[in-house]
Amino acid sequence: MRFTRASLVVQVAALAACGAAWAQSPTYKVGRPPTEAELRAWDNVVGTDGKELPPGSGTAKDGAKVYAGKCSFCHGQTATEGPAPRLVGGVDSLSTRNPVLTLGSQWPFATTVWDYINRSMPRDAEGSLTPDQVYAVTAFLLYKNDIVKETEVLDAKTLLKVQMPNRAGFYPAKPEATAKNGNWKPNWNQAKPASK
Amino acid sequence: MHSKHPNRRGFLKRGAALAGLAAGAIPFANAQTPASDTAEDRPPKDLSYGVRSRFEISVRTVTLGGVRDVIPGLPPGEMGQRLTPLQDSTGIITPAPLHFMTGRGSHLPDIDPREHRLMIHGMVDRPLVFTMDELKRLPSVSRIHFIECAGNSGVSHYKAMQTGLKVANSPALTRSTHVIQQVHGRVSTSEWTGVLLSVLLKEAGVQKNGSWLVAEGADANRHAKSIPLEKGLDDVIVAYSQNGEAVRPEQGYPLRMVVPGWEGVSNVKYLRSVKVVDKPYFLKVETANYTNMTPDGKANWYGFQVGPKSLITYPSDAHQLPGKGFYEITGLAWSGRGAISRVEVSTNGGRTWKDAQLQQPVFRKAFTRFRLPWNWDGEETLIQSRCTNEYGDIQPTRKELGKLWGDETQPPVAGSDVEAFWENAPIMEFFSNPIQPWRVARDGSVQDALYKS
Repeated sequence: MRFTRASLVVQVAALAACGAAWAQSPTYKVGRPPTEAELRAWDNVVGTDGKELPPGSGTAKDGAKVYAGKCSFCHGQTATEGPAPRLVGGVDSLSTRNPVLTLGSQWPFATTVWDYINRSMPRDAEGSLTPDQVYAVTAFLLYKNDIVKETEVLDAKTLLKVQMPNRAGFYPAKPEATAKNGNWKPNWNQAKPASK
Repeated sequence: MHSKHPNRRGFLKRGAALAGLAAGAIPFANAQTPASDTAEDRPPKDLSYGVRSRFEISVRTVTLGGVRDVIPGLPPGEMGQRLTPLQDSTGIITPAPLHFMTGRGSHLPDIDPREHRLMIHGMVDRPLVFTMDELKRLPSVSRIHFIECAGNSGVSHYKAMQTGLKVANSPALTRSTHVIQQVHGRVSTSEWTGVLLSVLLKEAGVQKNGSWLVAEGADANRHAKSIPLEKGLDDVIVAYSQNGEAVRPEQGYPLRMVVPGWEGVSNVKYLRSVKVVDKPYFLKVETANYTNMTPDGKANWYGFQVGPKSLITYPSDAHQLPGKGFYEITGLAWSGRGAISRVEVSTNGGRTWKDAQLQQPVFRKAFTRFRLPWNWDGEETLIQSRCTNEYGDIQPTRKELGKLWGDETQPPVAGSDVEAFWENAPIMEFFSNPIQPWRVARDGSVQDALYKS
């Protein structure tokens, strides 16, 4: 059998270090600077630092109303029924034969919950929720997963402090630590090129 | 700039069309019959943009996993997927109308290219906004690349197909259900034309602390994805053309990223923003899914590259052989890492292998067509292919792949049963590239011998 483990690599990322030695002046001088309005409108994908989070706030109590009005039709009254993906429960189920994957059991960062609801929900009216509504429904879903208290106010600062149960549930445990120094490598082995 | 709901009415109409499905009008390949042979059908009234012969009925199908696509009455879901009929493929190019698609959000975007803009911003010296006309002034490249959904060929799709069949319970649907399309049909190859992203990044001037990119689309749910800067500086194309014409709406019109060799989800469509940042953003599609779960409940994230993979497309489980005799076995091979250097075919259940002929030229990170003459003796047998890329990576068997996944779990889980893990594969299992055997029975029928076994 010709198969060897070392060569059997599915996930390989040949990220050859790029000598980023390039001129710092533009070559073609095509395009224009964005306006402030354009930057405000488009620079709002939210990362784990939360730099792009807008002002606003909400609690689980506020969020219950938003959820009932905007989310329960697809996700069910208690966010467990579906038919859209289940949102509540499943903590500690991931290593079992029937893992229950929800934002509570699986998602490692609360910013991801906020960002996805803000830009991609609800279906057929994506992006229609106000920042207050997004903070509130995020708080509601985290409360239903026993991650925050019902009265806890989520805003651009407190959201970053939320500890998600599955924060350590990925390999490598802290990929951002290696990403910082530009030495990011995929967490899979890589086959060596065959001698020709 | 991009109107939010251009297609609400289309959505409602679609609902009505789905209701129609209940009455048995199911638009799948094998359920169709050629158009009626009436005088008013011929010749076509307008030849300015061609149409294929009315006798050709090869089409994409919906994924049966997305039961909301076929069962009326359920709340709307994603647009779902449309899967390429690989069983009908010839050569290496997938016709644009048959290129697989994953629809994100509630409706297909309807973007006016005169109003579309691409913004490069974040950790750059000069944030820039480009119109489509401006992008087309810049130096361009045309390259042939495959795009493959990371979930393609996953066991979950086979399971979903079985579930979908039970729920749908439609003979017409059953006839159009083939592993080669339903399980493997999330991969296609096109010639993509556009500007290298590295050109745009250079115009903007990446600052030295930039290490990642966050790309975002203008589709309904504004799909976004973190990508290492190194890849963006390497071979990523900001594409406006596909196979010689404008990129199709299902493929990201008017502008999409093509990230050669990497999981499909990175190929952001309707591209409107690329932000240079200093760490990945841990978005939903890089944490909640598109991560590979391992038996201990932990998952691998930020794996990008498609492994070496091949598939016999003829004969496959969509075909019926009329009897013993000569057949040309043909199929497709591809690798996210580089060029395919070898494809071997076995026609006796893996006892012996023969080198197949590779269609030249072979392109890197693209479909490679292989062919092998075969005289079938009429006896039951297994046929299968395995490929090797230019780095010597060899396509694994299903068993080897299962071991690989288990072995990649560090530290290893005491007593974990990798095979059992495969059998009970969780919902998320990505980058599946096992050798696919097809069983040719004495009656000439061809069946899947991987997922069913």
